[in-house]
Amino acid sequence: MKLPRLPLAFVRLLIQSVFLALGQIWARKGRSVLTTIGIVIGVASVTAVIAALTGLRANVLADFESIGANKIFVIPDWPDHGPRQHAPWKEIMLWPEQFDGLLEHCPSVQHFSRIDHSGTTARRGEDSLDVQLIGIEPPWHEIENRFVTAGRPFTLIEHSAARAVCLITAQVRDKLRLDRDCIGQRIILRNRSFRIVGIIEPAAALGIFGGGQRSQEVFIPFRTSYKMSGGPIYGIAASRSPELSEEAQAELRFFLRRQRRLQPGEPDTFRAEAIQKYIQAFMGMAIMITLIAGGIVGISLLVGGVGIMNIMLVSVSERTREIGLRKAVGARPSAILLQFLVEAVVLCLIGGLIGVLIGQGLTSAMAAIPQAKLHRAYIPMWAIGLSFGFSALVGIVFGMFPAIKAARLDPIEALRHE
Amino acid sequence: MMIRLENVTKVYRVGVERIHALNGISLEVAENEYLAVMGPSGSGKSTLMNILGCLDRPTSGTYQLDGKLLTRMGAGGLASIRNQRIGFVFQSFELLPRLNALKNVELPLIYSGLGWYSRRRRARAVLERVGLTGRMKHRPNQLSGGEKQRVAIARALIVNPRILLADEPTGNLDSRTSEEILALFDQLHRQGQTIIMVTHEEHVAGHSKRIVQMKDGRIWSDLPRHEGPPGSADSAGGEGGSP
Ligand SMILES: Nc1ncnc2c1ncn2[C@@H]1O[C@H](COP(=O)(O)OP(=O)(O)OP(=O)(O)O)[C@@H](O)[C@H]1O
Ligand SMILES: [Mg+2]
Repeated sequence: MKLPRLPLAFVRLLIQSVFLALGQIWARKGRSVLTTIGIVIGVASVTAVIAALTGLRANVLADFESIGANKIFVIPDWPDHGPRQHAPWKEIMLWPEQFDGLLEHCPSVQHFSRIDHSGTTARRGEDSLDVQLIGIEPPWHEIENRFVTAGRPFTLIEHSAARAVCLITAQVRDKLRLDRDCIGQRIILRNRSFRIVGIIEPAAALGIFGGGQRSQEVFIPFRTSYKMSGGPIYGIAASRSPELSEEAQAELRFFLRRQRRLQPGEPDTFRAEAIQKYIQAFMGMAIMITLIAGGIVGISLLVGGVGIMNIMLVSVSERTREIGLRKAVGARPSAILLQFLVEAVVLCLIGGLIGVLIGQGLTSAMAAIPQAKLHRAYIPMWAIGLSFGFSALVGIVFGMFPAIKAARLDPIEALRHE
Repeated sequence: MMIRLENVTKVYRVGVERIHALNGISLEVAENEYLAVMGPSGSGKSTLMNILGCLDRPTSGTYQLDGKLLTRMGAGGLASIRNQRIGFVFQSFELLPRLNALKNVELPLIYSGLGWYSRRRRARAVLERVGLTGRMKHRPNQLSGGEKQRVAIARALIVNPRILLADEPTGNLDSRTSEEILALFDQLHRQGQTIIMVTHEEHVAGHSKRIVQMKDGRIWSDLPRHEGPPGSADSAGGEGGSP
């Protein structure tokens, strides 16, 4: 008759408790659903927020993708320590010659262009417009993925002979009230007359970072620009693939350090940075937002938990006699504890399930509104797992007190209870 | 000796007052005895039964069941004693209203860790034994008083208890139904079951083989019911005599 206390017996008791809990909850459907509202709202909002952030993140990634995930900037910068920390600008600035022979020495770099970027006013007759004046080299089109839509790009002669030719965006053309077909017409930049040879496509419209000012751009050959301004300049490179970005950065660093004759151990006087870095910065931000949202949701789960605790206390006192009887026929305190704990957890998990379903509904609704730009929103698996995990945790934490109360009941007193 | 109570007292505190519900009870019960506890209301019969059934603990004194000292056991240990050695029948049946007869009966086995199949099989067998073959799927509110008490008895018997304790098992039943229940007890006794039962009524006590009279928390008389030496009739023996 005496049974060893096998884990099997525990498993059976657990299964029994789950069935009992389901029966108990089913018998009080209305009340149970009301009780779980806190959990439902908490889980629904956390899943919806995570889904929205997931969608947002997908947008940002797509944006960065269109900017170019394999793009690397090479910019001058003072080191934060070492003897050159306060070096004069002349020692820090990049010189065009320092990039000579770069492609041969950096096998992971596919394209490279020196850039001389400044602001100026473009004039034509009475009209004038503030524009970005950008000196570029031929590979720039490949790196930025922006090509000439009308007319032609610069010829190699125009590049090497530093001719006064320019490419403009359609926006510049319209603002300066040039003809639709303005190829061959002239505009004044820095008191010099430039012949328009082509129209260049605008920068890709981004979901998060707007275009705007960016597209008021005038491009001229790099050498033309540098002769006028004398810098400062920087470089942009494209690695052969996004995976090779790190490799390409290392090669660029090694190459430039040598060109700039930096001693071993001396810190860099420039930076070679991939766009990836900004993606990571954004990811960090997204995680922060998730955590803050998580905190807010945590509070609603807490409120939900208090509701669960309340209903479980009511349940324990309503069923005092039943508890007494179960104890009288041999239920150990631990069995009663398990029964009520399982009931609280099952209740919370049901709340969690309803919450996830509502969260899914909200997500589908968000995704369907075109203005919200959240068509990429979805609830990731881990968020669903997390929701159920938290629901169960709330059940255990807030079910514990009522369950202990039930487990501690004295069988005789419980049986006398009305 | 199967049951040995020595100098058991039970004191309740109500506010500052102390109520001596049991005042030094010593009692021995042997295997297959059929014992009736009688006495006026408030004499401590239920208190004694609760202690015998391990539902309550004495304030002082010792309780041995099958040579095992129970008075020092923890709540978990007492629970498994109740689960495996004791069948308790209450005056008010104490069936769970939402469970049918079968499920009510198999309840103790859930806490023995038995699987679904053997629980069902044993519950059916024991319901047949108490004559409820046709009522297995009935809920308590679909059963008569006598049938409810049979279910309760079946629940007490399902673990094959060493001892069957019944606190006024016929207290809520009419006389005809009472007789049926008592006939069932007689039958169980003939099959070897040890029974201790509380009653107010002479004719109920008349089914037992030994009568313990209580008053003010003490036993003042403990006699075999039949004239002649104890252990005649079908009682398997037991000295009976006063403590
Ligand atoms: N929980 C309790 N708290 C305080 N006093 C109690 C408690 N239970 C019983 N008593 C007291 O103990 C005494 C014995 O009670 P008990 O229930 O054992 O009597 P009984 O013989 O079963 O009476 P009845 O025949 O009416 O059922 C009574 O005086 C009662 O008031
Ligand atoms: Mg009583």
